[in-house]
Order: sequence, then structure tokens, then C-alpha cells
Amino acid sequence: MRSDSNKNKFTEFVLTSPTLFWLIFFFLIPTIIAVIMALRPSNPYGDLEPGWTLINFETIFSPLYIPVIWRTIWVSFASTFACLLFSIPVGYYMSRLSEKNRKIILFLIIVPFWTNSLIRIFAWKLILNPDGIIQAIFVFFGIIPESGSLIYSTGTVLLVTIYSYLPFAILPIYAAAERFDFRLIEAARDLGATRWHAFIYIFLPNISKGLMAATAMVLIPCLGSYVIPDLVGGTSSQMIGNLIANQAFVARNIPMAAAWSTLLMAMILLPLVIILCSKILLKKENC
Amino acid sequence: MPKFLTFENISKSFGKQQVVNDVSFSVAKGEVFSLLGPSGCGKTTLLRICAGLEEPDTGKVFLDGKDITNLSPNERQVNTVFQNYALFPHMTVRDNIAFGPKIAGWNRKKIISEANSFMDLTQMTEHKNKYPHQLSGGQRQRVAIARALINRPLVLLLDEPLAALDLKLRQRMLVELDTIHDQIGTTFLFVTHDQGEAMSISDKIAVMNKGIIEQIGSPPQIYESPNTSFVAAFIGDTNFFEGTVSEVTNSEISRIQPSDFSEITVYNDKHLSIGTQVYLSIRPEKINISKTLPLTDKSYINTFKGIVDDVIYLGSMTKFWVKTQDYKLSIIKQHSSFLLDEEPIRWNDEVWISWNPEHGYLLDHYAEIDENLLTLPS
Repeated sequence: MRSDSNKNKFTEFVLTSPTLFWLIFFFLIPTIIAVIMALRPSNPYGDLEPGWTLINFETIFSPLYIPVIWRTIWVSFASTFACLLFSIPVGYYMSRLSEKNRKIILFLIIVPFWTNSLIRIFAWKLILNPDGIIQAIFVFFGIIPESGSLIYSTGTVLLVTIYSYLPFAILPIYAAAERFDFRLIEAARDLGATRWHAFIYIFLPNISKGLMAATAMVLIPCLGSYVIPDLVGGTSSQMIGNLIANQAFVARNIPMAAAWSTLLMAMILLPLVIILCSKILLKKENC
Repeated sequence: MPKFLTFENISKSFGKQQVVNDVSFSVAKGEVFSLLGPSGCGKTTLLRICAGLEEPDTGKVFLDGKDITNLSPNERQVNTVFQNYALFPHMTVRDNIAFGPKIAGWNRKKIISEANSFMDLTQMTEHKNKYPHQLSGGQRQRVAIARALINRPLVLLLDEPLAALDLKLRQRMLVELDTIHDQIGTTFLFVTHDQGEAMSISDKIAVMNKGIIEQIGSPPQIYESPNTSFVAAFIGDTNFFEGTVSEVTNSEISRIQPSDFSEITVYNDKHLSIGTQVYLSIRPEKINISKTLPLTDKSYINTFKGIVDDVIYLGSMTKFWVKTQDYKLSIIKQHSSFLLDEEPIRWNDEVWISWNPEHGYLLDHYAEIDENLLTLPS
């Protein structure tokens, strides 16, 4: 029996080792390298100098960059919130549809993935172009002045981000809603709950795993967003991702780029660590 | 008795299928009223109409004198114990039970004390912090009952509440349900396909078949004097004879002549005249079986010879199938005396069977009966 379980452990290790090595070589080691680089001074050519310094992090948190950090955070959270807001009703109604209709809707949600995301983002550039039809309509109805622009603003970044990530929010929420036992809604209604109460107190808590997955699927890539602000955003809608690219490829300041990357990493990992810790604490409390 | 819950001409179809067909009945306050019937007879649909989870196509539902037909489920003073219990998986036992009061906005103190007393009533106090998936079937059942009763419903609806439990537990929960009913006196509307459950808990039973009510009555009424062949066959076992009245002896005794059986003497309380076609039901336990000719003063009345075709010993009783002419009769013999002292009746033995004329019951009407409902050892 003992040797059996040892053998099982070995098999388990062999089967999972590719993932492990992948994570070590392409995630853990590069992250450590980036953190180390962020702590090195640079010379005017962008190369690393010997010694250690915190000057890069001081620069990051200088008043000059605070708006960029703030924008990255609020755009990401706002898009995540909007994606959840749109996905929950979609997931709810999809899971109540007949098998056939459900497949059709699922297909329609997935079909945009057949086109490269870069092309889809570029398409928005054409749709919202100052010479485009939407601009003309908006100007005609006086929604925006003739000199105004629909594109190259933070609002556009928000719109295109929501558009791009919405399917990633719908799919996990739909998957959770499909597993939801709708008889529980009847039970809640029977016990005196209005439709709204049943939705808030029974439906949402029971699809919480789907909501968490959707949040992670949207929030994390949003924080690291680079292409969308670069293509449809203006100079005033830069996000951290753009700063990293800028420092690495244009300003040639590798330590600064590394420092920005470290900050981004911390921003993504921090919520995860908090959630994990709180879960462990809660478990202890229950025991 | 004043009518408390009334269904008036309720009909309901799903698509082309008519599930409930112009059903009317009333339930008195404090009563345990059962809707009994095979699956698909419309009993659950009636319950859901009462809960407001289903809307009737036509007809009205009155509760305590008020028309509740168009109220939504949360506006009705009825609560349901669902067949699958439908406990909220993300809430503890206590939170499940306190859900109704919380939604209704009772004050905190009252919620806590009520939840505690209902956990006491259903013996769930020690499990109050457990989640539904940590409970056994019987415990889930109790939570479902407490969660419904805490709202002080005027009527408690129970949808096959015991179907998911095993036999022993089912019997225990039945007793508990009965005890709870005695303690709080709420009107129960109980849906079941199990005649044993319905017989043991109900004050009144409505036997349903194919969307209509075949008979309403107390358990003994339904068992002893079934109106229809469906009721006779569905509630317990029975033997059917079909024939015509051949002789009227006096105002109460008649003889009937089945087409392929000897003449049978019956108690004719329905005063049928000669030539009328009749259907007779005789319960298996009403037939005597013996190896010797029974010596009573009514000898030779309804006394026939037969061959034992099958014997099933069930402890407290034995079931016999006896072949006589073209008929195969089901007979139950209760063992009130010590069985080993007697010489047992075995397979292929020649026996005498007999019954008292008063023990046959003439049916109002006869319909084709699903083979599955007829006498098979259970």
C-alpha cells in the first residue's frame, strides 16, 4: 500500500512537472529578475549600473505618475464592474433558455474570438473615427460638438476594454448559473422573498464562484492593459502598461520599466494575497 | 365545518396536455388533507397552484375567505416543504430557518427566539451551524419543515416530503410530522403517491387520477367504500368481479351473476334492480381461506373451492393467490393465532374460500385500470 501511494505521488509529480517548470522558468525567475533590475541604478544608455537604489520607486510614486496609477486602477475596476453588471443578467437568462437557444447564444458570444483581438480593437478606431458615421450621428443630434472627438479619450479606453473582456466575464458566470438550482428561487419566493430579494440573497451567493472567476478574468488583464489605451486612447489615457512599453522601448530605461512591472505585479498579487489570508483566517475562526 | 382553503373549478394545461381538469374541493381548518394519486395525476400541480408557483388556466383559489388566485407566491400565507427540500446551500441550518422572518423584516430578537423554538421543535438545535450538505436526509427534511413553519403559514404545503427517504426513516418522519401537526395545528395539504403515507396521516384524502378527483373521503371511507375501480385498486389490493344483478332477495340482499364465475350474493345498499350491470370489489383480507369447509350458519353463501396458486409469507400475515374457475383471487390471512400449531396451507393445496355478503362492495363506475396498480406482492 505504501509503495503504491509513493508511486502515485511520483506519477502525480511527473504529470504536473511541466506546469511547475513552466511557472518556475517563465514566471518566477523572470519576476525575480525584474524585481532585482528595478532595484538597480541605470546609466543614460539605459544599461544597468552596479549597486542598489530605490530611486526608481521614488520616481514611480512622484506626483507626475500618480494620475497614471490612479487611472489604471479606476479604469480596470470600472470595466470589471461593468462587465459583471452586463454578464449577470446574460448568464441568468442563458441558463434558463432551451438547450438549442442556449447553444446559439453561446456561439454568438464566442464568435468574435475568430477574429484577432488587435483587428477588433482597430475596428473600433474606424467606427469611432472623426470622419465616421457614429461621430456624424452624434454631432447631428448635438450630443457632442463638431470639434469634439469620440476617440482618443479615457472613455473610449473604457468602452473598448468592456467590449473586449465581456465574453470572459459572461462565460464563467453562465457556467455557474447553469449549475444553479432554480428551484431555490421558487423556495425563496415561497418563503416570502420578492423576485429582487431572491436574486440578491439566493442567486448571487450561489454563483459567487463564477463571479470571482469573472472578476479575475477581467480585472487582471485590465490592470496590465497596453494595446487598448495605445490604439484608442489619447496621451491623457495612458495606463501603466503603456509606461512600461515606453520605458523599455523608447526611453531605454530598463530599471524604470522593471520598477513599473514590479508595481503592476504587486497590484495584481495584493488582492489575491488578501483574499487567501482572509479565507485562512475565516477557516480558523470556524474551527 | 367552515371551508378554509377552497379550490374552485381549477384547470391547468401544459402545452397540449391537460394536467388538472376542472377540480373543486375544500379543506377545513386544521385538517391534514392529502392529494393522493399516481405520478402525473396533477396533484403536484394543484399544490403549486396553491403556492402561487403555477397559475391556473381557469378557476379560483380561496384561502380564509380571500381570493388568492392572482397573488404572487410571496404574498400568500402558505409555505411549502419541497420534495427535494430546496434548502439554501450557502446558508447554515439557522440561516435557512430564519430566512422567511428576515425577509419579512421581523426584529432581531424575535427572529432569534422563533428560530430557536422551531429548531427545538424539529430537534435541529445541535446542528444549527451546519450547512445542508453536512446533514442527513431526515435532518434536511426537518430543516425544510422548520423553515416553512416559522412563517406561521395558514396552510403548510408538503410536496412528497418523504419520497427521498428510506423506508424506516419515512415511517419515523411520518410520526414526527403527525406530532408536529398535533402541536401547532396548522392545516396541512399533503401530496403523495404513497397510499400508506396518506392513510396514516390524513383526516381526509382526495384520490386523483388523470387530472380529476375520483373520490374524497376519510381514509376508512376511501378504503372500505371506494367509488370507482381506480380508487379500489389504487388504495390497497382488491378483487374485481363484473356481472349483472340476477335476483333481488330482499331490499338489501341481491345475487349477481358474473359472466365467468358462480353466482355471488352481495349486500345491495345501492338498490340496483335485476339486469343492472355491476362491478364488485372484495378486499383480500375480507376473504376467508381454509382447508376444510367453513362451518358457519351462512355456509354455502359465497363459498367456493379453489387451488392455491401462490403463497407469500409476510410474518404478520400471509398472501395467497387462489385459482377458482377463471379467476385468480388475492387473499390475505392475518395471523392472530400461533401459526406453527396449525397445519399450513401450501402451494397446490385444495382450499375453500368464502366471504360474507356484506364484505363485497358495489362500485359506482368502472374504468380500465393500469395493470401496475393491481394486486402484486408489495
